Amino acid sequence: MAEKDEAKEKRKIKTVAKMKEIMTAYYIDAKTAVQTGKKVAWITSGGPVEPLIAMDVIPVYPENHGAMVGASKMGADLCEKAEAMGYSSDLCSYARADIACAPVNGGPIGGLPRPDMLVCCNNICGTVLKWYEVQARFFKVPLFILDTPVCHTGYSEEAKRYVKGQIGEYIAFLEKVCGKRFDYDRIKEVGKLSVQGQRLWQEILDTAMNRPAPISAFDAFFHLALIVTLRGTGQTVDYYKMLLAEMQERVAEGIGAVPSEKYRLLWDNLPVWYRTKWLSEKFASHDACLVADTYTSAWCGALRYVDENDFLGSMAECHARIYLNIGVDEMAMQVMEMADKYDVDGIVMHSNRSCKPYSFGQYDIQRIIREQKGLPTLMIEADMVDERSFSEGQIETRIDAFIEVLKGKNQAMG
Amino acid sequence: MIPYEETKLMKQIEECHQILKDPNGYVKRFKAESGRKVVGTFCSYAPEEIILAAGAHPFRLFGSGEKIRLAEAHLQSYCCSLVRGALEDVLDGRLAFLDGVVFPHTCDSIQRLSDIWRLNVPDCFHLDVVLPVKLDTDGARQYMIDLLKRFRVELGEKLGVRISDDDLRDAIRIGNRIRAALMRIYHLKGERPEILDGSDLYALTRAAMIMDRTMVASLLEEVAEELEKKSAGQSVAGSAQKGTAISVPAPKRIVLSGGVCNQPDIYTIIEEAGGAVVGDDLCTGSRYFSGLIDENTDPVTAIADRYLARVVCPAKHRGLTDRADHLVRLTREKQAQGVIFFLLKFCDPHAFDYPYLNEALDRAGVPTMLLEVEDRLPADGQLRTRFEAFVEMIQ
Ligand code: SF4
Ligand code: SF4
Ligand code: SF4
Repeated sequence: MAEKDEAKEKRKIKTVAKMKEIMTAYYIDAKTAVQTGKKVAWITSGGPVEPLIAMDVIPVYPENHGAMVGASKMGADLCEKAEAMGYSSDLCSYARADIACAPVNGGPIGGLPRPDMLVCCNNICGTVLKWYEVQARFFKVPLFILDTPVCHTGYSEEAKRYVKGQIGEYIAFLEKVCGKRFDYDRIKEVGKLSVQGQRLWQEILDTAMNRPAPISAFDAFFHLALIVTLRGTGQTVDYYKMLLAEMQERVAEGIGAVPSEKYRLLWDNLPVWYRTKWLSEKFASHDACLVADTYTSAWCGALRYVDENDFLGSMAECHARIYLNIGVDEMAMQVMEMADKYDVDGIVMHSNRSCKPYSFGQYDIQRIIREQKGLPTLMIEADMVDERSFSEGQIETRIDAFIEVLKGKNQAMG
Repeated sequence: MIPYEETKLMKQIEECHQILKDPNGYVKRFKAESGRKVVGTFCSYAPEEIILAAGAHPFRLFGSGEKIRLAEAHLQSYCCSLVRGALEDVLDGRLAFLDGVVFPHTCDSIQRLSDIWRLNVPDCFHLDVVLPVKLDTDGARQYMIDLLKRFRVELGEKLGVRISDDDLRDAIRIGNRIRAALMRIYHLKGERPEILDGSDLYALTRAAMIMDRTMVASLLEEVAEELEKKSAGQSVAGSAQKGTAISVPAPKRIVLSGGVCNQPDIYTIIEEAGGAVVGDDLCTGSRYFSGLIDENTDPVTAIADRYLARVVCPAKHRGLTDRADHLVRLTREKQAQGVIFFLLKFCDPHAFDYPYLNEALDRAGVPTMLLEVEDRLPADGQLRTRFEAFVEMIQ
């Protein structure tokens, strides 16, 4: 049944326009850095961006670029180009797309601005290390690696010392590349704004605890860009305040992300960027709303380790203990906490060929959740950017079958 | 008549081949006879010397290549056969003799295998050695040392022993003997490829990861000695017979590069195609034994320093062109005429390095060929044709 235009209009998130404006301005700023004499750093999504902001360096995120490539459905083409360059089709598609873009300024925005330096934190995967090595050779620019040993069963004293020591190395690296002293007062400001931004982001995600949820994971995938790219700026804080206000308003008015929310689901792993619209409509057609996800919440997960008054000092731990850099059992615990918090009926897991650290272990997480919470799980095999790995018919059938399971459960409960 | 030494040499090599046919069987027998604890390891960065020093037996796990059934429930199909194979083996009870297992941190797949193993394999102690990924900073060196010290204590606790410096020094000496002997054998193989079949070389190297280390040290030393004698004898015979010998075209000299290669047939097929492997950059080859450990300083520091200095694996970082520089140097040193990349499908670290290594060799004028293998070699004929074409092409 087609929804009335008016109702549909009412459910659109109004701040979206503002967000697009900010992101456009940001990319123009980054792309004109040469003219304005600013330095550009490419940095991984889990990397320490605040010191860059404090040094007036423009951070650029190849992973965010990868998401744009995926969303504009240019992934398969660019991935093929990377394969022609000798990169296996089994490698992460963000990396493949980015590596293929670099020499020809390809992709939706004509390539990323040339970096003056690369900053790689391996807290998300080993892929970024290899990927940034490739780009450091290509652009012939210095590479800083923040090495964050994985916390399988905890954060050892040895690792703590090691990562802490590297924060100092990082600052020395920045001073050298930028040719100026690090501003320790400025980082305090930036740190405060970063924490404030993360808190706001958490609050925004938390509005989805309401029934109906005013925001879905699909919305969060979009609005996430700022906490990733412009964390530590006032702009991000201002924007998220606006978005939060809008969400609170929606809660007050009972406006949901999905017209008649019946099932509440949790999404695991990266989005399927080239199919977010299709997936969101598919779930909505079953009155199912993805009310939370493990991906966008990763950018506020470190809040539990942050010390606002000693941002630099606590930065090491915040980066070492993020969602992906922990053991599978701790990941399962966090998923279950989220399942409780957002009161979900089931979990949708994206088994993502591109992302091994996120996907290997999902089967065990699935089992743990089933055993401990009795929650059903849907496993979707795909890839976040390379649309050649998406089989629509198969996925549609699986979603339909999963909803039947949820229906059955609902009826059984009366 | 075959000279006496030759018979002895053949016997020793045959012993290694036999062990390789059933490594688990060997280790089970060894455990029953010696009463030693067996500790499985996953990578050439596993600190074997510390395990040895604890009185236990380090045993490198590769996956036996059995069909994947049980591991399907834990690992997706896009995971490398090494990781899936090892999990299958343990879930199916083929590794029930293991007392413990040690996971050095390397790639994303091993990282998750460690978690999955810890959650699903009872009755087998589990230790992570979360090595640094950077190997070229002072901080990383210090971390590596601290971490190995911690491992020494943790392993001692698991095994109920105190590992003394003297234990460590003894273990280092054994490890060094193995490495030195393998280096001699590899050197000879490079000098005179016909002296030893590639599959024999493979068997000797792999045996060093399976057998009782003291025994294998002696065995390898003897083999090295026999081969050196054989080589010297042949040079004399060769110069005496100059001009009369039927000339067999010299095999084309090939270097193998990649990660783990557990396909002994590959050596034979290369030889039959007219090539010979004269050197490698493999974890089942020279990465395992390159670099001796300093016997005269603090043992844990010395172990760490070997890892920092050793030929680097793509899952670690030591400069941007370290591996390419090494590979080009190796091909020059070994006067190799071509490089065959042997990569396991779904192995990210190696797949990321392949294009730039390939480019560096291209610039150095060394032809290359890529062979990607999922779990077993492609159909025999197909591979033979590819190797023949490659060998023919190279000068
Ligand atoms: S998608 Fe996964 S593998 Fe790729 S960069 Fe992100 S965390 Fe790494
Ligand atoms: S290639 Fe690297 S990670 Fe793999 S076994 Fe060898 S040293 Fe370990
Ligand atoms: S380094 Fe490659 S082959 Fe070895 S475990 Fe990792 S993915 Fe598998």
